[in-house]
Amino acid sequence: MTMKASTRQVDGVTIVDLSGRITLGEGSVVLRDTIRDVVGQGNKQILLNLGDVTYIDSSGIGELVSAYTSVRNQGGELKLLNLTKKVHDLLQITKLYTVFDIKDDEAAAISAFAK
Amino acid sequence: MNATRVSYTLDSSLESVNKAESAAHDIATKSGFDEDEAQRISMAVREATVNAVLHGNAYDPKKRVTIAFETTGKALTVAIRDEGKGVNTDEIPDPLAPENLLKQSGRGIFLIRAFMDEVRFRNMNPGTEITLIKHVRGEARDGEEASK
Repeated sequence: MTMKASTRQVDGVTIVDLSGRITLGEGSVVLRDTIRDVVGQGNKQILLNLGDVTYIDSSGIGELVSAYTSVRNQGGELKLLNLTKKVHDLLQITKLYTVFDIKDDEAAAISAFAK
Repeated sequence: MNATRVSYTLDSSLESVNKAESAAHDIATKSGFDEDEAQRISMAVREATVNAVLHGNAYDPKKRVTIAFETTGKALTVAIRDEGKGVNTDEIPDPLAPENLLKQSGRGIFLIRAFMDEVRFRNMNPGTEITLIKHVRGEARDGEEASK
């Protein structure tokens, strides 16, 4: 299953709904291009919804880190939403669970962005 | 149980990475590993194959990656070999070090080690062979107690 990304705006927060596999190649490129476009449009509060991400490899983890740093370097904020157990475990093993702000409720996540 | 061996010779391409991952999942499942373990094994094989294709053979269409699976009933052994310049595993940075935590790459071998019981590297001059071993749960490693 290839990766798909769609974006929507809720209360000034850009929510990126991701589904499929974030792996070396197409999946990582889709995520990279989506983040570049969203940031390029001036959006600074970004919520990555990973609820339908079925698989992620080390390249995909790298793209999440890259998204986090590129948004932060633009003065923005990126949070993660709805991690599956597999993705949660990977972020824990790689100690990135402490780096990302991770939420499991969309409304609470939106409220958590600085207003 | 007699050992069963299957090997593949693959192009240096992303399609090969997906094929290796899929084969590893099938073989791990048939070897008696549960779904969670089969996914960890197939991810380790995927990461090792990515290294072989990307860092070893550098997508060179003239170079091949060979992957050999051996199941014994007690363990699954996977050997992945490339034809690249070789790797010095002592030079691989620790991805958990604070200064490396936000780097985009460098987590593949760390994940392989996290998911497999044994990981060995061998310089083939030219090329590198990485051997991954996962013991079937409850089976003792050679010379070790199962209850350890």
